[in-house]
Amino acid sequence: MNPIISVSNLSKTYSGGFTALREVNLDIHQGEIFALLGPNGAGKTTLISIVCGIVNATAGTVKADGHDVVQDYRAAREKIGLVPQELCTDSFESVLATVKFSRGLFGKAPDPAYIERLLRQLSLWEKRDSRIMTLSGGMKRRLMIAKALSHEPKILFLDEPTAGVDVELRKDMWSMVRQLRESGVTVILTTHYIEEAEEMADRVGVINHGRIILVEEKNTLIKKMGSKELLLQLSEPIKEIPGPLADLPLELTGDGYQLLYRFDIQEGDTGITNLLRRLDQAAIDFRDLQTRESSLEDIFVGLVRGARQGIDGDTGDGERR
Amino acid sequence: MNWYGIRAIYKFEMARTWRTLMQSIASPVLSTSLYFVVFGAAIGSRMGEIEGVSYGAFIIPGLIMLSLLSESISNASFGIFFPKFSGTIYEVLSAPVSAFEIVTGYVGAAATKSLVLGLLILLTARFFVDYQILHPFWMLGFLVLTAVTFSMFGFIIGIWADDFQKLQVIPLMVVTPLTFLGGAFYSINMLPEFWQKVTLFNPVVYLISGFRWSFFGIADVNVGVSLAMIFLFLLLCLAGIWWIFRTGYRIKT
Repeated sequence: MNPIISVSNLSKTYSGGFTALREVNLDIHQGEIFALLGPNGAGKTTLISIVCGIVNATAGTVKADGHDVVQDYRAAREKIGLVPQELCTDSFESVLATVKFSRGLFGKAPDPAYIERLLRQLSLWEKRDSRIMTLSGGMKRRLMIAKALSHEPKILFLDEPTAGVDVELRKDMWSMVRQLRESGVTVILTTHYIEEAEEMADRVGVINHGRIILVEEKNTLIKKMGSKELLLQLSEPIKEIPGPLADLPLELTGDGYQLLYRFDIQEGDTGITNLLRRLDQAAIDFRDLQTRESSLEDIFVGLVRGARQGIDGDTGDGERR
Repeated sequence: MNWYGIRAIYKFEMARTWRTLMQSIASPVLSTSLYFVVFGAAIGSRMGEIEGVSYGAFIIPGLIMLSLLSESISNASFGIFFPKFSGTIYEVLSAPVSAFEIVTGYVGAAATKSLVLGLLILLTARFFVDYQILHPFWMLGFLVLTAVTFSMFGFIIGIWADDFQKLQVIPLMVVTPLTFLGGAFYSINMLPEFWQKVTLFNPVVYLISGFRWSFFGIADVNVGVSLAMIFLFLLLCLAGIWWIFRTGYRIKT
């Protein structure tokens, strides 16, 4: 299947000399929710801005639905909707006027029925005649989405869509994004809320220092890179890990009351049976035990930390993700 | 051609005018009317005719030009500066609209507003001074050409300005003095010979002179030269805008 967004060898160096993207290669599949994760300054917004035509690339190409975003910008941009990170609105305009403006700007004939449906879907219809300055932060965020969807795009970029919004609104947004995906829209969201990516994404890409470190199916990623932990609550505290257990991946925590054992879920033999047998031999009793699977956040932190350590002298690969 | 895009920008800009009617239309009409009252009806009635035209009528073209130039620049510069300032420019840049369509929308709206304003001032002048228009089509032509050209100039200023002060510097510190010294209130033939030559370096002289010719058939410089100068400035503005969009100067990083 042809990717709906195809980024090839994309680099961006700003006039001040800062390199925001380094030979980025990335394919986004039609109809998926793709989460682009990365710490602040990693290059997420620059990447989106180049795809949408707001920033010029230094090198490389981007295609949206098969159209080059520079050479064939009209066809490419018609397909794309963008919700920027900042709440950029014309405060004095009314809700309805600004959404109509966006639709016209993208070359679409007026369609009052569609605009009404869109505003109702986003719970903004009642506010259609209100000035934007009178809306709450959450409403403004929804308005930005309405503007981005006003021309019925096939691809929607959400740049940090839930930054600074409350939990309830965040969950509403997630639900709305899922509905969009069901209607056939490809959604690319950048976030540094791992929970958001874990909740919604089909695939996850991690970007750091302008490089795509990894792209993977979310579930595969968690399965492949995830580890599990077994926490044993001891009956009596111990001062140190006894000698016969020293070769095991154990950590003493909780003032000597807890033993933490890490194991790889991919391994056939997790070593738990062996651990329990040797604890019995060492006469260490426990009164409770629990297991915990590593989250996307743990994986992300590990990846970013790893990339940071390996950044010096790294020239970057051009591998397509 | 993205006609809907052009229309969207044009309508958006015009809507801003209607929202700020007092500031965009009423205020310049009132301030220009004050000139007609003071210099036309009050002082003008005690002054002699200039080349057969009463002083009150003589200053009408210059006063219209004064408003037209400053409002064209101010409308167009604010129109593009504000989206840059508020961040909403992202939408225009990410839309399937060409540079030509963007400029047509913004400059078209700014020029329309100035044109409406110019015609309103012309109508208002009738309450205070008697005047004739010998060449009405030429008069409209000069009006449209000047409004479009200076709206383009304003668009360039709006792109160049990165704060509100810069937005005001050119209109207040350059255009207004040039208009006052460009023969708005006098014929350049009334100046000493040396200053008559110096004043020919002022581009506004050609605008006012050509425009005044369309009213009364009298001009400080040849009408053909006036038209040529306006077209030259129009070409310079077009070149400036072409360069801005080609390089992304102050709109794209």
